[in-house]
Amino acid sequence: MKHCLVVDDSSVIRKVARRILEGLDMKISEAENGQTALTLCQQAMPDGILLDWNMPVMDGYEFLNKLRSLPGGDAPKVVFCTTENDVSHIARAMRAGADEYVMKPFDREIITSKFAEVGLL
Amino acid sequence: MTPADIEFLARFLKERSGLAIGEEKRYLLESRLAPIVRRAGLASLPALVARLRSGVDSALAQDVVEAMTTNESFFFRDGAPFTQFTDVILPQLMAARAATKTIRIWCAACSTGQEPYSLAMLLADRAAQLAGWKVEIVATDLSNEVLERARSGLFTQFEVQRGLPIRLLLKHFTQEGDRWRIAPKLREMAQFRTLNLLRDFSPLGRFDVVFCRNVLIYFDEATKTDVLTRIGRQMAPDGFLLLGAAETVLGGRSPFKPHPSHRGLFMPTPASGAAAPASSAARFAVVR
Repeated sequence: MKHCLVVDDSSVIRKVARRILEGLDMKISEAENGQTALTLCQQAMPDGILLDWNMPVMDGYEFLNKLRSLPGGDAPKVVFCTTENDVSHIARAMRAGADEYVMKPFDREIITSKFAEVGLL
Repeated sequence: MTPADIEFLARFLKERSGLAIGEEKRYLLESRLAPIVRRAGLASLPALVARLRSGVDSALAQDVVEAMTTNESFFFRDGAPFTQFTDVILPQLMAARAATKTIRIWCAACSTGQEPYSLAMLLADRAAQLAGWKVEIVATDLSNEVLERARSGLFTQFEVQRGLPIRLLLKHFTQEGDRWRIAPKLREMAQFRTLNLLRDFSPLGRFDVVFCRNVLIYFDEATKTDVLTRIGRQMAPDGFLLLGAAETVLGGRSPFKPHPSHRGLFMPTPASGAAAPASSAARFAVVR
């Protein structure tokens, strides 16, 4: 069973994402900001990360940069999932090492499509 | 609606589009036709049926057919057919067509264009390899409405996230507000035409590859056999047919045989009447 970390400051989004990903037979952990997510990754590196951009304490972009410099931090597939839906944000995320990008709002089909694209399904 | 109204609609749809509305799908009549009743200013579904019976309103008839056909489409839908296209079909055809450097592809039920545009992206990514080649994509559908959308090349944020990798979105689309438009160069690679598969499609000419995915499942066996037989006649003897994951080419008298190692991929049999190669000039004169 693949392990996915859902990082979003909205508990509703985390709950919806958890439900979708558990339906895809994944084990889920949650974090409400980048700092907590980084701590969890240092304890156990997940297979995939569904990552919001705008969050308090540490945003998704900063988290991604720090993650990729950790030992083993290049392994998780990172799927951004954000309302930052313009080309410049998408391009910036991809340059920083994101593997895929979901523009909110999302549904089950989109999450499934993106997770399949990065090889998590 | 009375049972007679329902029978009439089922027969009407079968004759116009080949769509077989079984008992299990009759509930769809109400939900999909109600918006047409409202738009046409009619009082009820029976009033719509009465108008169709009178045969005076061909635009209304087309609206009813379009409302009942399923137009769901995704970029790179099911994945495997597109891998087969790049890894199996394209190399074989490039070897076999080295003299004419021409490949013709038909997307037989293209809906809003995701399938032909997926192929266009794959071809564009192989531009160097295909330098000097003419690859033509003919994309047809029964519905004028979906073809208009396909021609526009404009997709919603939801549509571009279903099956389309983000790197291809960035590479081949530009953002227009909350929508995304495919690059003009790719849009020009596909010719979109209205076509009813129940009618004669021989003027389209001969094809090397036919994508006919997730459309035959809506036809009864006799219609499916007829359409497949006529597709076989439009194909090069060494061409390829791709069907949906849940579709087959019927039994022993089929004009196609399954590829020995690729599910969903079929090749014409000698009995298919697959067209012998014609000169390029003659072939393209028909479709231009």
